[in-house]
Amino acid sequence: MELLCPAGNLPSLKAAVDHGANSVYVGFKDATNARHFAGLNFTIDELRRGIEYTHDAGGKVLVAINTYPVESGWSDWQRAVDTAAGLGVDALIVADIGVMDYACSRWPRLPLHLSVQGSATNEDAIMFYRDHFNIQRAVLPRVLSVRQVASIVRKVDVPIEVFGFGSLCIMVEGRCQLSSYLTGCSPNTYGACSPAAHVRWEDRDDRLEVRVNGTLIDRFEPAESAGYPTICKGRFRVGEHTYYALEEPTSLSVLKILPELYSAGVAAIKIEGRQRSATYVAKVTAIMRAAIDACVADPQQYQPQQEWQAGLAQLSEGSQTTLGAYHRPWS
Amino acid sequence: MNTETTHHTKLRLALGPVLYYWSRESLLDFYRQASHWPVDIVYLGEVVCAKRRSLDYDDWLSIAHSLKESGKEVYISTLTLLEAGSELGLLRRICKNREFLIEANDIAAVYRLNREGVPFVTGPAVNIYNAHTLEKLVSLGLRRWVLPLELGASELANIRDAVPTVATEIFAWGRLPLAWSARCYTARAENRSKDNCKLACDADPDGRLMYTSDDVPFLVLNGIQTQSALTQNLAPHVAEIRRHGVEVLRLSPQSRNMDMVVECFDSIRCSHAPDTDDLETLETLASTGTCDGYWRGKAGFEAPEAIVACPGVT
Repeated sequence: MELLCPAGNLPSLKAAVDHGANSVYVGFKDATNARHFAGLNFTIDELRRGIEYTHDAGGKVLVAINTYPVESGWSDWQRAVDTAAGLGVDALIVADIGVMDYACSRWPRLPLHLSVQGSATNEDAIMFYRDHFNIQRAVLPRVLSVRQVASIVRKVDVPIEVFGFGSLCIMVEGRCQLSSYLTGCSPNTYGACSPAAHVRWEDRDDRLEVRVNGTLIDRFEPAESAGYPTICKGRFRVGEHTYYALEEPTSLSVLKILPELYSAGVAAIKIEGRQRSATYVAKVTAIMRAAIDACVADPQQYQPQQEWQAGLAQLSEGSQTTLGAYHRPWS
Repeated sequence: MNTETTHHTKLRLALGPVLYYWSRESLLDFYRQASHWPVDIVYLGEVVCAKRRSLDYDDWLSIAHSLKESGKEVYISTLTLLEAGSELGLLRRICKNREFLIEANDIAAVYRLNREGVPFVTGPAVNIYNAHTLEKLVSLGLRRWVLPLELGASELANIRDAVPTVATEIFAWGRLPLAWSARCYTARAENRSKDNCKLACDADPDGRLMYTSDDVPFLVLNGIQTQSALTQNLAPHVAEIRRHGVEVLRLSPQSRNMDMVVECFDSIRCSHAPDTDDLETLETLASTGTCDGYWRGKAGFEAPEAIVACPGVT
């Protein structure tokens, strides 16, 4: 079971490789990937050095080109594919049918992974991408139970990758337009939720309010820690009650169910967080490496160690983790 | 694009699939009425949640037959988020029918329909953001597509310049289905899990409003689907829509006054420019207000700048 770790820059890439990642995934400094944040991602020269560093350590580099180009921006995505292919990356992570079609006809030997942004939640969707674009792996959206993941692994001859730790998208990836509804920019078109330019923090009556393009997403009491205003993690009123109507600030963690994913035949565990620091990447990678090694060595006896759980909780949104949709009652 | 010809083409009206959980009686009554409305196309079937079974597939087929007899062009719409084996089973059965064309709402349906060798149309949840994607899907049997909700006039124009022949539909009226999840937010609002939802959504014929903490209606919870609180209304833009070569306007059903919505759009599509009375009436038919930002290349929630009658219309 491969451990695939995020790298928003060269120090994070090195941290991931040094702490036990089998492979890393990266993006370019533009809207062609789903972590289009200021100061993040790779120039061509940085990527070249990153590939060399990773390959020297026996690892692989995957490049995410996993947003949806609108017609006027098409050439940026085409260039991203060509650049990555030319640098000798090990695979592209793609979501858009047009991009896949271009990549597999122009670079037929370069493996394609279906991105989580491709919204493939069932075997027929995965077979579509396999038959038409020869995808070599599919990343499943964070909306499936462990049983459903296992069923998909059994039914398709495409290796399956799932998310193991990090921020939790509760909407089907590739099918969420909450951010563009408020800002005009979405993960699909722009590569980010609630882009920072639209976020305003304001003190009002001792409380901290956060708005996205004018719309109030959350209001924090002095003792509360304030999280980033991703729309699905805000507090809203339904009927009489104001609560986290969609989801609490929390992170996904599969520590408790690693043996189930392993026995299901999952090919790779992906760590979210290209926007995080190198220190974060180092810590999460080390913990997940230890956990996967323990699980693979003896799945029956595997127990998540207290220090792993505490370590990951410290790095989590709202200092708490969830099994998300893997665990049926969450839904 | 030849604007002279397209300008005079009569836009067709489509009644989108009902996105809410309505009772059997309500649905049967709704489609009995719709058979007399001036809509050309009707999409039928459950697209949000497989647990909603006030009508089964055979019931939908029987509605489809009677609407077809009333002269409507009928499509069966497929579920959008497919996870369970039973959901795929029904999908495969739907895709094998040879009587009605299918609106694919997930790539799984595209996969099945292509293998069956039958043409199909796609709904707004199938991501077609550029001409390359559109052309590929056309080569696999796509006959008509819906512009993604978050794209507007200028991106539509770019796609149509590159692929001018395939028919285009836009989401012209209704609360925008913005997101889909494994979690049922209506059940969550009732402190229930999805497996124990007791079909809580049957209390919300137009979804359940979710407000910001300062009491602004923001989104609508509709089971696993999250919608905009505002109703997207592109009626003021019909002249421009026509110039872009769009063939079909989708009107998304709401529980009240849908007949009036259809009537206004019918009047607007038949005239050279929208009538101010029709536009004003439509504003009153959106219970929490209207928006049109996406069409103008802005944030989706942005409200129309002003209702302005076109030159020559008083």
